[in-house]
Parts: sequence; structure tokens; C-alpha cells
Amino acid sequence: MSHYHEKSLTELSRLLHAGDISSVELTDAYLSRIKQHDAVLNSFITVVGDQAMQQAAEADKVLRSGGAGPLTGVPIAHKDIFCTQGIKTSCGSKMLDSFISPYDATVVSRFKQTGAIVLGKTNMDEFAMGSSNETSYYGPVKNPWDIGTVPGGSSGGSAAAVAARLTPAATGTDTGGSIRQPAALCGITGLKPTYGLVSRYGMIAFASSLDQGGPMAQSAEDCALLLSTMAGFDEKDSTSIETSIPDYSIGLENPIEGLRIGLPKEYFDEGLDDNVRQVIQSALDRYRELGAELVDIALPNSGLSVPVYYVVAPAECSANLSRFDGVRYGYRCDEPRDLFDLYTRSRGEGFGAEVKRRIMVGTYALSAGYYDAYYLKAQQLRHLISDDFKRAFEQVDVIMGPASPEPAFKLGEKAEDPISMYLSDIYTIAVNLAGVPGMSVPVGFADNKPVGLQIIGNYFDESRLLNVAHKYQQSTDWHRQIPEDFN
Amino acid sequence: MSLDANDIKAIAKLARLKIDEADVPGYATNLSNILDLVEHMNSVDTEGVVPMSHPLDVAQRLREDIVTETNQRDELQKNAPAVQDGLYLVPRVIE
Repeated sequence: MSHYHEKSLTELSRLLHAGDISSVELTDAYLSRIKQHDAVLNSFITVVGDQAMQQAAEADKVLRSGGAGPLTGVPIAHKDIFCTQGIKTSCGSKMLDSFISPYDATVVSRFKQTGAIVLGKTNMDEFAMGSSNETSYYGPVKNPWDIGTVPGGSSGGSAAAVAARLTPAATGTDTGGSIRQPAALCGITGLKPTYGLVSRYGMIAFASSLDQGGPMAQSAEDCALLLSTMAGFDEKDSTSIETSIPDYSIGLENPIEGLRIGLPKEYFDEGLDDNVRQVIQSALDRYRELGAELVDIALPNSGLSVPVYYVVAPAECSANLSRFDGVRYGYRCDEPRDLFDLYTRSRGEGFGAEVKRRIMVGTYALSAGYYDAYYLKAQQLRHLISDDFKRAFEQVDVIMGPASPEPAFKLGEKAEDPISMYLSDIYTIAVNLAGVPGMSVPVGFADNKPVGLQIIGNYFDESRLLNVAHKYQQSTDWHRQIPEDFN
Repeated sequence: MSLDANDIKAIAKLARLKIDEADVPGYATNLSNILDLVEHMNSVDTEGVVPMSHPLDVAQRLREDIVTETNQRDELQKNAPAVQDGLYLVPRVIE
């Protein structure tokens, strides 16, 4: 049995370029691992084995003839929210169970151009609405560290697949924590970029002013490679930012002596699990040993981020999901009596309970007479939340705290209680509301379950985030640990 | 904020969602709880605060109004539940 799965994406890239392994060998090894382990984890909705092997053969030709990029021949997986031409793109919903995308998302085509191999599409909460992966039409994903617990969500399939080494890396999306929280719960590294850095074209929309795609992998070094491919201006996305994209791998080794780390007191309040607090504290101690300075700061409006989010996100989702009408694509009910019956039954039967809840909250918040009290108020508060970050970054270089208030919780534990589920994103949501970048980095274990340190940066400061995470990972091995049953 | 069964039915109708009668009380409870959570917004005075329209305060980019996409009707309609002669089929609207 090969041991490729113990290697990081960066190491695999080097082996491919050195000719020590072929992409065909590597792709085949990962497809075997998926076959062997995914019946338990359920981290993939679709696996495209034949296509992956064909792509791998092509990649090997490029690798031999020169002209290969760092990701040529490396297998990856895409969250099933990214449209992939000719491959089912379900978004975790019955609504899109039979949807074969006619085009590629920009993120997907960028990876295609570099010669990366797509193993398949990963499981997720339905339309990215959830923090446990339990709202997926395709069933919950299990956390490879303890299959009785959730992997987090909504990018739970991507997180679990990377953690169990069923793929070296995967794409994710983050609207309120959907990359960082599952990365934390599964012990991997994930980055949500600045709003507008990664194109949203072909990424099925949930809350357009918050949604952002990003990389999920073993390490910051791997994420830097992936982000260098994913980021960049795209005229097909009207909110894509015209900015020059650095090579994110270049600054990884920069010294971090004198780095000023802000610790928001609101992120260490009584809602934080004691064991998680201890693990986070040791990570901060390590940063101090590496020469960083810890500074107490405040994000006074962050307590409002969950209430604000549960107006903004549902409002935007109710508008975005109105496109699912049972006419042009997606699920249609049997024998509709009339047009109204067609709409209401197709949507009622095609969407799951959490999606329907959010559409209804959004519809209510936007309905006549309520706009000022809800949406307008929320957008005003959003300004205050984002001003908190602006003020903080006048004092410090990065902000640190937990990515999640607790480690992975039990399957079913919060499934019937939306509010307790929503509070699992209490430390991640403000980042999306402000549009700044944030990461989660594995920094240890609480009750044998991974804990993620969240690192938040100023707008477009992804290079620094990756540098700060990489320096920590050079002096620790939490990110190299593999769950026992999957090694 | 408390929503009752009639509120839920009215919202569901606006949202074009068929909700089973048996599920209405559950939605009423959940949505009321969510709105209670949202009520915390009122603890802060936002008089005079400009609502945030974009995290980076950038203006909407515009482009020339020219055709950029080719006609892919057949390709796109492969995903449609019912089509005929290039048209989408829906139940009869006019009797």
C-alpha cells in the first residue's frame, strides 16, 4: 500500500515534478482511498474516477514535456456548490439532484487550466446552510476523528475528505464560517479570502454579499499554492475586485518577530469551552515564543454579528433561491395543477427544512413594512461591525481567537435546534460581515478532537495570514496528524 | 416576536413554499425564536449610521452592453424538467 496520503499537496507537487511518481499513480491511489473509506465518511456526493484517470494521463504528458505548473497532476476535490461542466452539481439539495452543470465555475476552470485533477464533488449542507453537514440531502458527513460527531459545515465534506486524506486538498466556500469552522472541527487548514478576491461565478449563490470561495488543505503552505490559482479578477463576477494577485507562496518564510497579535476579549467570553480555551492559549504562547506580541483589543459590536447575519443571509438567500421555480432547471413536482401549485410544491418538496426556514425568515424580513426594521438596521450594524475591525487593524497586524466555541459535537445534538446550531459560528460570522479574510489552523486537541485557531487579517492581507500560519506550522506538527482509522 | 400559524402560512405563500399542515407549528416556533435572536439588533442605536452596501465601498462595475455569450439553448434546456420545440412547458395558465 502506498503512503502518498501522508504527503502534503506541496510535497506531492515536488514528487510529480521530480518524476518520482506519476499523476496516474497518485490519482489511482486517492481513488482507492475514497473507495476504501468513504462508505463510512460520506464526504463525497460524486466521484469521477474515469475522468480523473484520463486527466491524470494528460497531466503526466505535460509533466514529462515541461510547462507544468505547481498543481499539474495533483488531485483535488470541489465542494458541490461549484458548477462543473458535465458533472452533477447538487449543492447538497434534492432540488439539484439531477442538475448537470452546462458550464464550469471560474474557480473550477482555473484549476483545470493548471492541470489539477478533479477526483469528485464533496458533500455539504444543503445550499451551504448549516454548520454540521446534517442538512445535506445526501446524508450527514462523519468526522474522521470521531465518526459519532459532525465534521462542521457547510464545507464538511471537503474538510472530512482532507482530514482523512482522501484528497490532498479541496475547495470550500464560507458565508458565515463554512470553511473555517469545519476546518477547525476536522483539524485541517482553511482560508476564507477577502470578499471579492475569488470569483463567485458558477458558485451557487447563498448570500451574495457574504459568500466567498477558498482553499482547504493540510497546511498554510498548501493553501498558498491553491489560493494563487483561485484568486484573481473575473469580469464574470460583478463583485470581483480588480487587484493584482501576489504569489502567496513567496512570503511564507518571512520572520514574524514583532508581529502584533490582537486578542479580542469578546472571543474569549464565557461561551468558550474551557478545553478549547486552554488549547488556544498554548497556541498563543507558542506565538509569543516565536517573537510575536499579544495585545488585548475589543470588537465591541461583534456580539451583534449573529443577529445581523440572520437577517442579511436569509434576506439574500430568499432572493437568490427564488430562481428555483421548477421550470428552467431543478426539481419539479409531479402533476402540477396550475402554475402556483407548480411553484409551491416544487419548492416545498425540493428544499429541505433549514433552507425553507431561511427563505421564510428572509421573505418576512424583506416584506412590505419590515424592510427598515430588519434589513436596513442589519446593514447599518454591519457598518459598525466592520468599523470595529478597521479600528483594530490600526493597532495590530492580525487578530487571533478560536474558530469555534467547542470541538466537534455529536451527530444529531443540535439538529433540531436551529439557534444552538447558529451559535457554532459565533466567532466566524463577523469576518464575513466585514469582508476581511480569516483562517483556521489546527493547534491541538480537546477531548481528542481537533481545535482550530482563527487568524483574521486586514483586507487583502492573505499573504500575511499564510505567513503567520506557516511559521507556526513549521514549529508544530498538529497539521500533520492523521486520524488513526484513516492512516 | 411571535409568529402564529396564520403568519407562517402567509409567509410561505409569499415565498412560494408549500408547507405541510403538520409542520406549520414547528416553523412557527423556529421562526419566532430566530426573530427573537434578531431582536438583539435593537439594543444598539444606529441613528445616522450609513448602511453598508459593500465591504470595500467600491462602485458597481459597468460594461458595454454588447453580446458576449453564444446561444446555448439546447445545452441549457437539457436540465429543464419539460421542454418542447425549445420552449419551457408549464401548466396551462389561461383556460
